[in-house]
Amino acid sequence: MKRVYVNEEWCLGCHLCEYNCAFANSGETYMPKALKDQKIYPRIQVEEGDGVNFAVSCRHCEDPICVKSCITGALSIDNGVIKVNTDKCVGCYTCILVCPYGCVMPASDGHVIQKCELCTQNSCGEPACVKGCPNQAIVYEDRGE
Amino acid sequence: MNYVIIGNSIAAVGCVEGIRSRDKSGSIAIIGDEPYSVYSRPLISYLLLGRTDEKRMKYRPDDFYEKNHVKTFLGHRAVKVDSKVKCVTLDDGTMLPYDKLLLATGSKPFVPPMTGMDSVKHKFTFMTLDSAKALEEVLQPDSRVLIIGAGLIGLKCAEGIADRVGHVDVVDMADRILPSILDEESSAMMQQHIEKHHISFSLSDSVSQFTENRATLKSGKKLDFDILVVAVGVRPNVELAEQAGCEVNRGICTELSCVTTVPDIYAAGDCAKSHDITTGSDRILALLPNAHMQGIVAGTNMAGGEEVFDKAIPMNAIGFFGLPIITAGSYDGEAYVTREPGIYKKLVTKENLLKGMILIGDIKRAGIYTSLIREKTPLDTIDFDLIKEHPQLMAFAKKDRKIKLAGAKQKGDA
Repeated sequence: MKRVYVNEEWCLGCHLCEYNCAFANSGETYMPKALKDQKIYPRIQVEEGDGVNFAVSCRHCEDPICVKSCITGALSIDNGVIKVNTDKCVGCYTCILVCPYGCVMPASDGHVIQKCELCTQNSCGEPACVKGCPNQAIVYEDRGE
Repeated sequence: MNYVIIGNSIAAVGCVEGIRSRDKSGSIAIIGDEPYSVYSRPLISYLLLGRTDEKRMKYRPDDFYEKNHVKTFLGHRAVKVDSKVKCVTLDDGTMLPYDKLLLATGSKPFVPPMTGMDSVKHKFTFMTLDSAKALEEVLQPDSRVLIIGAGLIGLKCAEGIADRVGHVDVVDMADRILPSILDEESSAMMQQHIEKHHISFSLSDSVSQFTENRATLKSGKKLDFDILVVAVGVRPNVELAEQAGCEVNRGICTELSCVTTVPDIYAAGDCAKSHDITTGSDRILALLPNAHMQGIVAGTNMAGGEEVFDKAIPMNAIGFFGLPIITAGSYDGEAYVTREPGIYKKLVTKENLLKGMILIGDIKRAGIYTSLIREKTPLDTIDFDLIKEHPQLMAFAKKDRKIKLAGAKQKGDA
């Protein structure tokens, strides 16, 4: 299935993916309105190091330990995409306890979690982080996994 | 193939999922003594908080049993397991023959004998949906509630009711709260935080005598109350396992395959022991994620698979009044501790491995630490000084990041 893959050699550390993610999931249609003077809660996070940067988001594992561990049944696999039902989630953070990539995070209100759903649940349709990446440091493709 | 599952909670669901991953046609029967389809028991405190409801507490959609062709016997107890003729007898006399049996019988609250308990009118345990409903029915805005037990269950109950009653007292024999998951310092920090919410603690103390509305403690302290909740601990339900001839030593003894000492009988969840890789000992890890994963392994193997449950560790994600706690592993080793206002972090290392952690306040990306514990990652293969600061994939070697993030195969060259 198609996943977001990282080319860390190309990452500029510009954080545009974080902004595009936050915008895509804001429900707003005008980026400044969605992001200006707002604390953003992106589902993709850029790690910055000594001469190397990369963006990390949910790997949509085939055998996801977050789904197995979820205490409410809020996390499930839908056609390979790991989705969260925020109506069921109570924000216990067991998924944060177990995700080996650190790719589940509390949502802005702290009462539920959020994670990358490959923009299947917003109007973007395909991962906004990849679409807006200026240097192909993240790509959305099928590598036979 | 006839599969029978005694118990209808998380391990049972895992078992069904495990069986159906290999066997789509065998018949599955589930026996559950509660009259409900499967729900998440840890959510009962969130129910009292008003953060969920009975519908949303369901662990699986309503059509789970139908979709998986599971015949349910809900509101019934299994009263006998005959492992010679391979048959389970229910309380109404129904007999269910099995080829493979799962004991997912869970645990029950332990209520120690205490002088004068009989005179207490409103007394409860806190484990099932019915127990939460019964407690909720008697809560009044001016109720004084006494909880015996400052562990996970007692304190989740306290949090669930704190804003709905007048006052909550918590008594525990231990000298600190949450002793099973926190060290002294982090426990004191959580206690201070919880005490801001009309909750008082009497620690290193216990009840010597009850009258209807008063508990006299060993120290001589007297606590007046209207409602009593006993949450001192749980005991595994092992009677059927013993009757069937399975070896039981506190919990039901299992192999890594989740089979018991009796052929074709498996056990999973809070009734069963598993192998804690952080201590090297077999013990009950009564945790929902472990119940589910153990159930999946049991079910897969009941259907002819060859899986092992070999990465069990103690781990908890829990929080109180907005302050989150994440803990995992064991705390015997060299400790690295950092503190900031509202934040406590302890990492414990031993023999080149991360063995355990306590995180309070800042729990971001904690799973990266958990995976180091679970996978027994040698710390000299990563930049531990970097990851000590905060969990990050930057601390891994580039080739490992290629595997994690770029789809490179384990041994191939990306």
